[in-house]
This record gives sequence, structure tokens and C-alpha cells, in this order.
Amino acid sequence: MERRTIFPGWRLPLLLVAPQLLLTLVFFYWPAAEGLWQSLTRTDAFGIHTRFVGLANFAALFADPRYRSSVAITLVFCAAVTALSLGSGLVLALAADRELRGRDLYRVLLIWPYAVAPAIAAVLWLLLLNPQIGTIGRWLVALGVHWDYALNGTQALLLVIVASAWKQVSYNFLFVLAGLQSIPRAVIEAARMDGAKGFHRFRTIQLPLLAPTLFFLVIVDLVYAAFDTFGVIQAMTQGGPGRATETLVFKVYQDGVVNLDLGSSAAQSVVLMGGVILLTALQFRFLGRRVAS
Amino acid sequence: MSGCRDWLAHLVLGLGAALFLLPIWLAFCAATLDPAAIDRGELSLVPRLDHLGVFLEVLRHGGPGVGPVWRMLAVSAAMALAIALGKIAISILSAYAVVFFRFPFRRTAFWIIFVTLMLPVEVRIIPTYAVMADLHFIDTFQGLTVPLIASATATLLFRQTFVAIPDELLEAARMDGAGPLRFLWDVVLPVSAANLAALFVILFVYGWNQYLWPLLAATSPRLDTVVIGIVKMIGIDTSTEWNKVMATAVLALVPPVLVVVGLQRWFVKGLTEGEK
Amino acid sequence: MTADLVLEGVHKSYGQSAVLHGIDLALAAGEMLVIVGASGCGKSTLLRLVAGLESLTAGRVLLAGQDITARDPAARDIAMVFQNYALYPHMSVFDNMAYGLRIRGRSRSEIARRVEETAALLGLGELLARKPRQLSGGQRQRVAMGRAIVREPKLFLFDEPLSNLDAKLRVSMRAEIRRLQRRLGVTSLYVTHDQVEAMTLGDRLLVLHQGRAVQLATPMEVFERPADSYVAGFIGAPAMNFLSATLLPGGGGADLGPLGRLEFADGPRPGPAGRRLTLGIRPEHVALDPAGIPFTVDLVEPLGSETVLIGRLPQGEMLALKRAGGPPPAETLAIVLPPAQFHVFDAASGLRLDPARAAG
Repeated sequence: MERRTIFPGWRLPLLLVAPQLLLTLVFFYWPAAEGLWQSLTRTDAFGIHTRFVGLANFAALFADPRYRSSVAITLVFCAAVTALSLGSGLVLALAADRELRGRDLYRVLLIWPYAVAPAIAAVLWLLLLNPQIGTIGRWLVALGVHWDYALNGTQALLLVIVASAWKQVSYNFLFVLAGLQSIPRAVIEAARMDGAKGFHRFRTIQLPLLAPTLFFLVIVDLVYAAFDTFGVIQAMTQGGPGRATETLVFKVYQDGVVNLDLGSSAAQSVVLMGGVILLTALQFRFLGRRVAS
Repeated sequence: MSGCRDWLAHLVLGLGAALFLLPIWLAFCAATLDPAAIDRGELSLVPRLDHLGVFLEVLRHGGPGVGPVWRMLAVSAAMALAIALGKIAISILSAYAVVFFRFPFRRTAFWIIFVTLMLPVEVRIIPTYAVMADLHFIDTFQGLTVPLIASATATLLFRQTFVAIPDELLEAARMDGAGPLRFLWDVVLPVSAANLAALFVILFVYGWNQYLWPLLAATSPRLDTVVIGIVKMIGIDTSTEWNKVMATAVLALVPPVLVVVGLQRWFVKGLTEGEK
Repeated sequence: MTADLVLEGVHKSYGQSAVLHGIDLALAAGEMLVIVGASGCGKSTLLRLVAGLESLTAGRVLLAGQDITARDPAARDIAMVFQNYALYPHMSVFDNMAYGLRIRGRSRSEIARRVEETAALLGLGELLARKPRQLSGGQRQRVAMGRAIVREPKLFLFDEPLSNLDAKLRVSMRAEIRRLQRRLGVTSLYVTHDQVEAMTLGDRLLVLHQGRAVQLATPMEVFERPADSYVAGFIGAPAMNFLSATLLPGGGGADLGPLGRLEFADGPRPGPAGRRLTLGIRPEHVALDPAGIPFTVDLVEPLGSETVLIGRLPQGEMLALKRAGGPPPAETLAIVLPPAQFHVFDAASGLRLDPARAAG
């Protein structure tokens, strides 16, 4: 990260980093510290006495079957959303990576959902999949499927997965396409001269060269699925039926805001932060050279 | 052979485009239908053009449980702009300092910012709320925006752009007599225009689409964003006026989609070049 | 001769590693001095120290009598032409050239006049509204020169300005740089690794080797009397041939082993008998002679008007020779090494050994 030439002086640069540093300290480090402290304390029912309880909140958390099922739900949900959106993005990008009439139009048509808020994506999909009013929903019912996500947990999970993944396909499409196009033509041409064709060429040449992009997207998609989909769940299922769609972030909100169990909610936040940091570290372990060098 | 493959590509892309467009088109049509007809499941793929007034109606008067949609759109726009511009401003300054100077604790400062890269507000939502309460920021516009302005993504992106600026350009400018701020304004910003545009798109969309934080930080209807508004409208289970919900959803989509499509060329360029 | 640019004991180290070990230099007003050396010899660093883009570890830099060692680049009144031109990509040619003047607060009319004059001088008049990306390599190079000239600085610095051009353009731009520099009469430092540029452009050459100045002289003197075997091998193409030898008693000649004995044409060299020597002879001085020693040709490089032959002497010593005309008739030739054309160097230090002056 070192440049050969720089400007002299140290007062001006300190002044320039100050705003961001200040915001970061106030809105990241202070809350993080507060969260960490809260996760180690317990407040009584009246909110008057707070006492230090060590790791008791964490112990209680991991002993709680509700929490463990939420972890499982989150894992399934994240994996499904990532697989669905990355897979679709990959297929679309492979189709678009060629000289094709109307390519620019396709690109616009495939990019715009990036702008759709997850909560709004949920509302749009309600219109399709609601068993009473949704086009596809009624169709399923007419075919004799017992389609009612308000009662069937698996169906509810499927619903939020589809709506969440739908919105994320654009982003994956965009990056995979850019990744494909950044592969030097000469490499593809050399592979053609070597006789590699079709899927074999994709698997042996393009896929390995695309691997860093795909890895980056897996991380981004996992983070998206884990954290940005609160709106989808809140709009579609409110975590139900039962707790079938209660992801970890939704549960943090439920316990902290609705049930006011701050100690447990803070402990859950700390676990989440740990998870994110782990994902980030993983990413830099593999892609670090690009960013930190 | 290539003709056959093109045909396949057209099929795949056409299908994808249709899957993206279908829900929107259905929402648009639903907005023009009778709420009672929707409740009966009589959705149609043909809009009733004589009922387009519903868009004006929600803009002016809102729907069940929410105020006029124009107001919510304005709050969303203000929030998205404040977040996008605020983030860009502080990130440019800090990235510029980190790249073009050596100062005490430069690496420390960079790492303090960098560590927050992937810590979305959703993860630290409760403690952040507590801090905001201490600062008396709850239910204020600052409270809605400022915590979302602090993040490392933009800083990292700008740092990467700036590192790629050739040393010779800075040397030429220094020999021409340009000071640090002048070089930033005259050379660095114009040279980074594509990244600025891309980042603006990303951050505008990010700001516009926020849901959890506004839900928590601003309970007053005065500060309802349009995304919050829509979920509020469908929250009233028994009497959801689906036509108004869909009209609002379509309206809520227009600004960010326009931003993405309008700046598409820059967006794609800046995003894909920046992240790599 | 009044010195315009003076470098005194210029040292530069990055941490533990020293890049320049004390360079002393004085340029006359209007002089063009070419700094030449292999990559990594410190020539660019020296230029950047003069520009003020890096700070000296020790030593002083004086320009027109003033000590500018600690001054900011902007306050030195020096202009620089960069290897990759470093044009501001978003500014027009006019704005690129005007930028430095604007920062210095010159009036609009003065800026317009000076930019237009300079553009006319360089034949850029038609291109003033264009952006750098709309220009060819040669045109960009001219704009980079124009940006330096328009400031009317006390000193020009050129950092390998022609190395990104194709061969033909390089030749014509070389001539143009020479013409402009003469005409403007601005003292100039020119860094290059290209010996043809060095020979043709410089009033004097400074040969740098591993951070030390090994020779400072006119181009012809560097060619004819290289200060050491490094310079001798660096300047001239194909490179000078070197043979190992030892000094004969009395210093009047050298023992080349199986190749026989050489009697120095210009007088005895100092030193004890048996002193180890390196003898150098340029390829163009190796002559064909039926009475000479056999020479087996391994490689023929016809260059059109002349031909380079690379081959071996009977004992396996590699040798290059250059002759006018086309390829030779046979694979085995006979050559002579004319004694008057030999350069004599001390094998240990590499330093040139001149004939000892006849005492009084």
C-alpha cells in the first residue's frame, strides 16, 4: 500500500481522517463495547439492578433449543439463498457472456432488481405466492398442493428464500459477468486451440479463473442472507409459523426490542459479530492480497 | 452451431428478464384493480388504465396506517442522499489521508476503520440503539442516517482507487505547484469519477432500502420511509388494501431503479473495477 | 564557467541500503548533462532528489547560487518530463500546460499567450482542445515537453522521456529535444539507459554505476577513454571485447597467454610485473588479415551496411567483430588485434591504466 511519492506533513491528514475515525469510534466501537458488556450482565425485571454474570448469558443461549434451532434455520436459509442466487447469476452471466443481439438491453433488464429493497421484494412475492390472492399460490392450491405458508413452516422458509434470493441474483450476475469478461480472450482462444470445448472448457479454464470472484460472492451472499433479509421475514412471515423462519438477526430483534431481554440479545449480537469477523477473516485469508497489498 | 447456442442464450436471458419483470408487472396491474377483486384472487395481467388514479391517491393521502406516500418518498430520498453523500465525503477524506500522507498512527487509523468493514448495523443493532438513546438521537433525522454513514466499504474502495493513481501524476502536480487539497480537487476527484458514480449508486440504494434500522431508530410517522410504510400497510392483516400497497411498492421502486439504470454504465465499471 | 546547478556530496539511503554514495556535479548554465547507467544504478533517484520529490540523506543541491536542498518541489522552479508523461487524463492539452501557471496565479491572458506560443513551438497548435487519450504517443510526449517548457523554469529534468516511443519516433524526438534545449538554453539533466540517446544528446555524460559516478566527461571522451572497464563495456555496441592478461616486466607490454604478447603502442603501464590486467578492444577495431590468428564464426548478425560477427579464438575466447558490408565468405577467418586500439584496465579495480608519464 506504499506509494513512492506522498505529501509532507501530518496535521492535515489527521484532520482528514478525524471525521471517519470519530464516527467509527462512536457508532462501532462504543456500541460493540456496550454490547460486549451487556452480554456479560443481566438486568432484573424492573430494569433497576444490573449485575455481572460472566458467560452465563452465552451458556444459557447455547443451552436454549430455540436458539439452536434458529442457528440451524439461519444456516439452511443462508446456504439456500446463496446457492440459488449465485447459481442463477452464474447461468445468466454465462448466457450473456457472448456477442449477442440486444445484450445491453438484457443487461439493464437483469440489473435493475439490484435496486429493489428486500422488504419490497417480499411484498411483490406475496402477490405471487399468497394462497388466497397470489397467482402462483392459487394455482398451486388448484393443483391440490396444500400450499399455505401461514401454517406450513417448510413452505414459509421456502417463501422467504425465494424472495430473498430473487433480489440478489442481479448482483451475482453483474460480478460473474465482469469476472468472465476480465478473462483474457487469448486464454480462451488458447484453450480452443487446445481443443477444449463447451462445458469442459468452462470447468477447466473459466471456472478456476473465476474462483476468486465466486468466493467473494459466496461471502457477500452469505452476509446478505444473514443480515439484510430482516425486512423480507418481517414482511412475509414475522418469523413464523411457530419459529420456522426465525433467523438469528430476526431473533436478536425479537429478544432485544420486543421481549426486552437485553442480556441475551446482546450475547446473540456478540455471537453474530464473531461470525461476521470470522467470515471476513476467511475472505482476507483467500483474497487478502488483493485488498491489503 | 453458434446460432443454436445464441438461441439458447436468448432463451435463458429472456426467461431471467421475465422472472424479474413479472412480479413488478403484476404489482402494477394489481395497483389498478379493485381491492375486493384482489382479495377474491382475480389478479389480471392486464392493467385497468382507467384506475391509474390510485397512484395519485396514495401519493396524496397514503393508505391504511400510513401518511401520504410523497412524504415517505421524501424521507427516503433525504435519507438515501444523506447516507450516500455523507459516506462518500468522509470516505474520500480518510482514504486520501491514508494513501497520500504518512502520519503518526496511520496504520492504526486504517485498521480501526478497516475492521468495521463487514459489521453491518444489523449485527450491533441493540447496542447501537442504546448509544443513540444516550446521544438523544432517537426519532431524529440524524439518528436515522448518521450511524449508517460510518462504514469502511467506501473508504476501502477509494483507497484502492487512489493507490492505483500513478505516482508520476502526483509528482507532476507537485512540480506544477499543487498542494494536497488542490491535488485532491483538481486531479484525484476527476480521475476517480467512475468510482464516485458507482459508489453513489451503491450507497443510494443501500440507504433507500434500509429497513431494520429505521424501524428501530424512528418510530414517529413523520420519519416513516417508504419501505417502512409498505410493511406497515400489509401489517394490518384483516383489511389490507392490496391495490394501495402495490401502488406504493411500485412508487417506492422507481427512484432507486432510475438511479441504477441511469448510472448503469458507471455503476458496472466502478463496481467491478473497484472490488478487484 | 559559472556553475548553474551544483550537487555536493549527495547521498541517499533507504533505511540500511545506500542508493547514492556521494555524487558531486556542476552544470554550466545552458548545459545538457545526460546521466546514464543500467537500471538500478540510482540515476532516477538522483533526478528525483534534484526535483525535490525525495529528500537527501546528506549533501546539498544548489540552483543558480541558491541552496534548494530543503525546498518543496513547487518552490524550486524546476520542470520535469516523465517517462510515462504523467499528463492529467481529464484535462485538455491546453489545461495540462496551463495548470502550473494557474497555480502560480498568472493572469488569464498571460497563460493563454504562453501556452499558445509553446504549443506553436512544438507543433501542438491544433491539439489544444484534445484530451490526452485522443493523442498519439508522440503527441503526448510533446505535450509533456510543452508542460515543462511553458513554465520557463530554471532547470529541465528528463526522466527517460523517449523510452515509451517506438524506434522511429524516438530518433526524431531525440533530435527535437536537442534542438529545443539548444534554442531555449535551459540547463537540463537527462536520465536514460539508452547509450545512443546519451551519446547524441549530452554536452557531457555522467556514467553512474551502483550509486557512484564512474565517469563525467564529454560523450567522445567517454567512448575513447573510458574511465574503467564497466564504462568501457557499457558504452558502445556491440560491447567491447575483454581479454585477460598480465603485465610484462618493465610495463611495456602484456602477456596474453596462448594468444601471445602485446606491446603497448602508447607507452609502458605502471605496476609490478605479473599485475593482472583486463585488455579491451572494440569490435570495430578488430581487423581481418590473412596473416592473423584463426577466428571461428559462430553467429552472423547482418545489419545492412555492416555486419557483426561473434566467434571464438583458438583457445575458446569469445570475441565480437564488426566489419563494413555483408556477411563474410567463410566460417573461419583470420584476424589481427591492432596494438594501438587496446584499452588497458587493472583487473582488480577495473580502473583504466594510462601510460606512465615519462619523468621530466
